[in-house]
Amino acid sequence: MTEGIRTESILEIEGVSVSFDGFKALDDLSLSIERDEIRAVIGPNGAGKTTLLDIITGRTPPTSGRVRFKEIELTGLREYQIVRKGIGRKFQTPSVHESLTVFENLEMSYPDARTWWSAWRFGRTREVIETVENIAETIYLKDRLHDRAEALGHGQKQWLEIGALLIQRPSLLLLDEPVAGMSVRDREKTAELLNALGKGRAVVVVEHDMEFVKQIAHQVSVLHQGRLLAEGPMESIQKDPRVIEVYLGH
Amino acid sequence: MHVSLAIWAMQAFTGLSNFSVLLLLALGLAIIFGQMGVINMAHGEFLTVGAYTTYVLSQVSERWAPWLEKTYFLVAVVVAFFLAGGLGLLVEHVLVRRLYRRPLDTLLATWGLSLVMQQAFRSTFGAREVSATLPDWLMGSLKPTPSIDIPINGLVVLGLAIALTGGVAFILLRTRFGVDVRATVQNRAMASAAGINTGRVDRLTFGLGCGLAGIAGAAFTTIGSTGPTSGSSYIVDAFLVVVFGGAQSLIGTIGSAFSIAQLQATTEFFMTGSMAKVLTLSTVILILMMRPQGLFALKVRR
Amino acid sequence: MTASVTPAPKPAARPPMLARFTTQLTVDRRARQNVYFVILALVLLVVFPLFFDIFRLNLVGKYLTYGFVALGLVMCWGQAGILSLGQGVFFGLGGYCMAMFLKLEASDVKSTSIQSTPGIPDFMDWNQLTSLPTFWIPFKSLFCTLVAIPLVPGLLALVLGLAMFKRRVGGVYFAIITQAVAAILSILIIGQQGYTGGVNGITDLKTLEGWDIRTDTAKYVLYFVNVGLLLGAAAVAFSIDRSKLGRILVAIRDREERVLFTGYDVASMKTFAFVLASVYAAIGGAMFTLQVGFMSPSFVGIVPSIEMVIAAAVGGRTSLFGAIYGTLLVNFAKTYFSESFPELWLFVIGSLFMGVVLVLPNGLAGVDLRKAVLTMIVRFSRRGTSRRRNAPPAPVVVGPVPEAPDGHGSKGAEALHS
Repeated sequence: MTEGIRTESILEIEGVSVSFDGFKALDDLSLSIERDEIRAVIGPNGAGKTTLLDIITGRTPPTSGRVRFKEIELTGLREYQIVRKGIGRKFQTPSVHESLTVFENLEMSYPDARTWWSAWRFGRTREVIETVENIAETIYLKDRLHDRAEALGHGQKQWLEIGALLIQRPSLLLLDEPVAGMSVRDREKTAELLNALGKGRAVVVVEHDMEFVKQIAHQVSVLHQGRLLAEGPMESIQKDPRVIEVYLGH
Repeated sequence: MHVSLAIWAMQAFTGLSNFSVLLLLALGLAIIFGQMGVINMAHGEFLTVGAYTTYVLSQVSERWAPWLEKTYFLVAVVVAFFLAGGLGLLVEHVLVRRLYRRPLDTLLATWGLSLVMQQAFRSTFGAREVSATLPDWLMGSLKPTPSIDIPINGLVVLGLAIALTGGVAFILLRTRFGVDVRATVQNRAMASAAGINTGRVDRLTFGLGCGLAGIAGAAFTTIGSTGPTSGSSYIVDAFLVVVFGGAQSLIGTIGSAFSIAQLQATTEFFMTGSMAKVLTLSTVILILMMRPQGLFALKVRR
Repeated sequence: MTASVTPAPKPAARPPMLARFTTQLTVDRRARQNVYFVILALVLLVVFPLFFDIFRLNLVGKYLTYGFVALGLVMCWGQAGILSLGQGVFFGLGGYCMAMFLKLEASDVKSTSIQSTPGIPDFMDWNQLTSLPTFWIPFKSLFCTLVAIPLVPGLLALVLGLAMFKRRVGGVYFAIITQAVAAILSILIIGQQGYTGGVNGITDLKTLEGWDIRTDTAKYVLYFVNVGLLLGAAAVAFSIDRSKLGRILVAIRDREERVLFTGYDVASMKTFAFVLASVYAAIGGAMFTLQVGFMSPSFVGIVPSIEMVIAAAVGGRTSLFGAIYGTLLVNFAKTYFSESFPELWLFVIGSLFMGVVLVLPNGLAGVDLRKAVLTMIVRFSRRGTSRRRNAPPAPVVVGPVPEAPDGHGSKGAEALHS
């Protein structure tokens, strides 16, 4: 894995804390993600990884601290506004619209016709169809375009969800355990997919599968009890005694 | 000055009687809602079950067991609890548990149940309202000062409400069952993984909630007459109490019931009964629109 | 080392046929909808007027006004997942607007000359009012009335919807609040009898711009106008259902958060569905007043609101046609029982509530007869075959152990050092 080219940072998390009735999910956390970077965020359960994604996407407001995306202040914006700024999030369990087809799922994420009256009048133009078909090809689902999403396999549902994010041309992708429950073959394909996607955008992956992390991540951030424990390329993280203790000491 | 204080005190006390019944009803509803996320639209009918039970026992003691006349009321409270609670267990088993995870459908199904129960009351006891004969010790009033008249039945009902709230608090905070309930409320999956039989907890909670409604019904007979639709007159208020109070804490339910009952009683002082009701309900809704988690809810992790 | 595997039993041949049927049903959905629409139009426009006398036709017209409410409920509840237990509010508001206009027309100075204050409705006179309250004045004009009928309920729904949905209040909470609103409005109307006619409502309505609405001819005309409006409303509902908007609403019902994170303003979508349902209900209310000749708070409160929901549920909350037929069915049943066995009606409708929710969550329309019959055939044939054959033991595989999904935490520790 080559070191990412140091361009300006695309996401800045500054001194963010989140507490729920006294329990600190995140504690004065600061992170910075560069463009073209694939960052893995790892850590034991309860370390605050999902909460981190929550505050970026506006699902949970931070108790203190700020989140800046491309110089725009994200703290305080609503979820759908943050999405429209170019941030896509994939959830832990595959979250696709079961009763709709693959095509309809992707079409729904097509970044147009977002109000009720334009959605009512939305028509399937040549452009829409082509865009959907292209994305479907990227996520290995071209031949299942008109199948209902519920008929897809687990791995394919994950890809569909990623595809639904891609069609919006996000600058930042947040993936929460994208390969959980996938077979080995599917994991390899996902790694290929993510490496191809990494160009021109930033990707943050929360994962537990270290093999997968090694295949895709430029840099790794280790979270523990809401704080940043260590940060760096995978090789140095694996040798870091603090990280080893946290994983084995439990 | 002296007179208006008296009137104010008595008006506050009228609020307290209603508050007691409302609290008992809302407690049961809040426990069920907090535990299972279902609103039991037939909850008012369990109140009516308790009320009719008291009436029947009053008739029985009048005709066949005059020696029971002094104590039948306390017996009625206990019987109402078990009868309503038992009925609740049955309803949970037959109806509610099949609609697990479909709270809106549970709402509708329990409404259907309430209609059936109402008609059952009507067919059994007639459409006209009936009254239980109150024993002597419940009648009359205390007069701490010559102009303040505090009815004893109001005091008893209040005392009952306080005692029961304390009892529920004890169960929830100090018994093993209470621990199971609180664990299931906070995190059902974890509770189940820890070995708690969440299905059984659900059933018992539902039964407990309905039992409380039954006691509310017994208490209700001391302040009004009973008819097939007695329960439904309190039920909208009880729902709002639960929604307003956040359903996550006992204090929230108490505070919410108190505010709503007192708001109603106070506004009744200045305008007609119906306008007071409209004002109370509208105020609650307006507050809910601004603060949907209820006035007393704590911040909970989503 | 070869793997020795006992071959697994071949699956029954039936399921693929079932799958083909299901796909066909989905693909032809639009065509089926069009056919059903034509059938409905024929039934309402041709069959009913031919078979029913004017009295019964007027009854059907009355039921069809509830059909508007049902259509609205299919859009906001069946599709978007928003249960409103207060549709009576909007039905009543629309109905009262129309009633106020008609009442003012019937209370001209000449007809009310015997009142102490002529020129105002009789119930105001009985309550010692001496002049028309301000909020009644706009209803002297037909134009204002026609504007008010969708506008007033729509605005109320807009305010309620935005306030609730922007704060992510949904589901049960929202249903209870709509119920409380229904209670508030009905108590208000009953309590302010000087201004609203009280518990008796606004009665004695005679003419619409001079045209007598009580004659048989009028009733025929009103029936057809009603059906026309209903079919129009259904067509609008279909147009939404088939569009991306319809898919978004269904997606909101099933996976609201996903839709939110796709960049949609879910709150305004939900508000749209709720406002649409309210406007539909209001039109129904206005048509009700015209056809039946009065409006009262007995159509506004908690009980009628929930009856409207059950009517939609029985027919099918996700089916526009089902909801209309369901409304007709439930209301016919109600009339029948109220006439012959009044005590039984509450039992019937209560049981209907419970039964439909438990057994037929998608109503009668949700019962896919073809699929049900085929599934039964498949089950019976499978049972026969397996009884003849002994169930074989699970296949024994000798060879590499299949890959298990990655565990969390502890497995990660080992992986960290791989």
